Amino acid sequence: MQAYLKPARVVVSIIMLAGTGFLFLDFSGSAPSAWFRYFTWLQFVPSIIDFLNTLGRGLAVTAFGFAAVLLLTLLFGRVYCSYICPLGILQDVISRISKKAKRKKSRFRFAPPKTWLRYSILILVCLSLFTGKLFLLNTLDPYSNFGRLMSDFLRPLYAAGNNLLTSLLQAMGSYALYPVKVAVTDPYALLVPALILTLVVWFSFRRGRLYCNAVCPLGTLLGLVSKISLFKIRFDKAGCTRCGKCMFVCKSQCIDVKQQQIDFSRCVGCADCLKACDNNSIRYTFASTEKAKIMQPDRSKRRFVMGSLLFIGALSGLSIKSIARNSKPKNSDPKTKGSGVNTGNEEVIKTHSVCPPGSQSIHHFTGACTACHLCVSACPTGVLKPSFLEYGFFGMMQPYMDYHTSFCNYECVRCTEICPNGAILPLTREEKVLTQIGTVRFVRNNCIVHTDETSCGSCSEHCPTKAVRMVPYKGELTIPEVNVDICVGCGACEYACPVTPNKAIIVDGCKEHRQAQKPKEETLEEKPLEDFPF
Amino acid sequence: MKRRDFITKSIGAGIATGAGFSLLSIEEAFAKSLFNPHAPYDLVAVMGGEAPEMFEKGIAALGGMKSFVKAGQTVVVKPNIGWDRTPEFGANTNPELIAKIVEHCFNAGAKDVFVFDHTCDNWQKAYATSGIEKAAKDAGAKVIPGNSEGQYKSVSVPKGKQLKEAKVHETILGSDVLINVPVLKHHDGAGVSFAMKNLMGIVWDRGFWHKNDLQQCIADMVTCRKPDLNIIDGYRVMKKNGPKGVSVSNVSVEKAQIISTDIVAADAAAAKIFGKEPDSIGHIRIAHEMGLGQSDLSKLNVNRIRI
Repeated sequence: MQAYLKPARVVVSIIMLAGTGFLFLDFSGSAPSAWFRYFTWLQFVPSIIDFLNTLGRGLAVTAFGFAAVLLLTLLFGRVYCSYICPLGILQDVISRISKKAKRKKSRFRFAPPKTWLRYSILILVCLSLFTGKLFLLNTLDPYSNFGRLMSDFLRPLYAAGNNLLTSLLQAMGSYALYPVKVAVTDPYALLVPALILTLVVWFSFRRGRLYCNAVCPLGTLLGLVSKISLFKIRFDKAGCTRCGKCMFVCKSQCIDVKQQQIDFSRCVGCADCLKACDNNSIRYTFASTEKAKIMQPDRSKRRFVMGSLLFIGALSGLSIKSIARNSKPKNSDPKTKGSGVNTGNEEVIKTHSVCPPGSQSIHHFTGACTACHLCVSACPTGVLKPSFLEYGFFGMMQPYMDYHTSFCNYECVRCTEICPNGAILPLTREEKVLTQIGTVRFVRNNCIVHTDETSCGSCSEHCPTKAVRMVPYKGELTIPEVNVDICVGCGACEYACPVTPNKAIIVDGCKEHRQAQKPKEETLEEKPLEDFPF
Repeated sequence: MKRRDFITKSIGAGIATGAGFSLLSIEEAFAKSLFNPHAPYDLVAVMGGEAPEMFEKGIAALGGMKSFVKAGQTVVVKPNIGWDRTPEFGANTNPELIAKIVEHCFNAGAKDVFVFDHTCDNWQKAYATSGIEKAAKDAGAKVIPGNSEGQYKSVSVPKGKQLKEAKVHETILGSDVLINVPVLKHHDGAGVSFAMKNLMGIVWDRGFWHKNDLQQCIADMVTCRKPDLNIIDGYRVMKKNGPKGVSVSNVSVEKAQIISTDIVAADAAAAKIFGKEPDSIGHIRIAHEMGLGQSDLSKLNVNRIRI
């Protein structure tokens, strides 16, 4: 009966992998924002960060995915790792490929746990959370790593493939597809994810779920929880012939056939062993039916209590920080230089990077974003880019608004609807068009109208609020004038400015987002024409 | 226009010009509408109706769409779809007008009608919000993207003073007829945005224009690819805060339309409707001086239709 668990697990996991993967690869924007929630709300790390962030402003039901995962783990162990975690599922796929690729019939063997390594990593990650920086967690979080693999590495390939197909179809006269811009990420911003992902691929190719059981802090944490799971996979010692078939298929290498014991803290609940066993001697059993014969029960219980306390402590540290952050009164004026005061040279340096609308402040954003890059994938204009040092070293990989690549569409709220960790909080269209994420700064000495004395107006042309408008200069010429009060910081002016290498107009990020003033309603003086004016 | 037609017409025009110069003054020669000698009028202006209705009246006065589109030809209808704005803003061309033009092209026997723009805002949003994508598709046109550099091919602009080379959308290069359908509006960079300015949407590197004397580049582009017909949509006229507009209160409903094969004349008439003298607009003045068209409306045979 339990043999059917494996095919069921395969079906669910393929749906999870394909669904989540599609959200990261899709450039057509065809998936409604609600779909993102279906696939991301059970992702543990984003969910718990979202939960902590929403604590400060009343609880949101959407943030309880992590609690559901904990409950699942308390019941059946680390099934999260096999059914839900996209990186885990991906590793199973890689394992399978490796099995096919290796000529000799490859079998897994029991391996002792990497106790020191995995608990040290968990402790380090927990400790790092006390600083309020997510860098270490982000580097290792499986969901976010999966996101980066898809968004940063596979999405450009996907887009390039689309473009190839588009040109083939167009040659045949069909316009069913359209070409898309192939997103290029700053290679430095890809260093960390590339390193971790190489590790994941290598480990899974060689040794199944080694990443999950030696490195992944979430795997270790859920492993601790699974020590007290109600249902566990155990040997029926009477029926077991010690044939080893279960061990050979165990990607976690946690089945010790000789001792007839399973290290359930490393078991990902994939149920492969249940299917492999010929006489049903390894199966899920209710915990109380077999009195605790786990390896060294006392030590493991102690470890569970210690680990849990540490984790809870770390999270409460983070949550206090996030609550403090949320309740802090809005700082009215971060230092931005006034417009047009740059009189010397061409070099223009931003005071702050611009973080996405809905992220409230750089502090909130960098303290809540796990850098999964779902927003980078979903952004229709492609303005969101993984950062390198834009937010400092510990903000690496967290997305910023890159106004050299594109600009933020005035009325678009896509990223605010899909962020799984509440780093970018929901905004309505009405709120978005009045959210000031940055302020414009005009550098007259770089401006073409000033240097070449020819018309331009590219910046003003693109401005949705006319925070940049053209005022009389010399003769027929007009030159930009800025009004920071109505500027939303969308970056259209900076993007459109044709001056190289240093632009004549830039947007400085707001450390704390503010409310922009509404553009003044202007009425027209003249009435429509009665007759032909010529 | 097929290449052969173009050559014969050019030669014809050349002989006509030569003959014209020998007999008439330069101004009078231009007054004879060099670019489409068979057209009954140099310019048709229509006022007072809905956009599709004004177009039907106007094009009929020019002998119908058959005078411009021959059976089996491929046509590009180039509206202004620059912005993620609804039609009420007057930032993009009226979608009903585009649908009507597409319909007329097919009635004239066009094989294919393409509609595209190199938008400023995100192209999918602009295509959708403007209403043009749906209107044109419903009328049977192929609405194609203009968002990728790969679609643009380099052509030289030998008569350009600033613009010596431009990357032009391949569909423009591969089509027989170009129908330019701008919206009549204010423009913060170029002063106004009419027919000549709308050609900026068939090229890739607009930054170059902005960097290298915008007004001259706009005029230079006309020497590269002169539209076969210009239809300026002056139904909703954005009078300020162009080209994107801040609010619908920037719009004056003028219910006007200008149709001409002479892009400079069309822009001159549009300037008048906008409330400016043609000579006060840099690119109109320059284009006239370069001999690309006639900006003095008093020298033209204008048909005014009041609905």
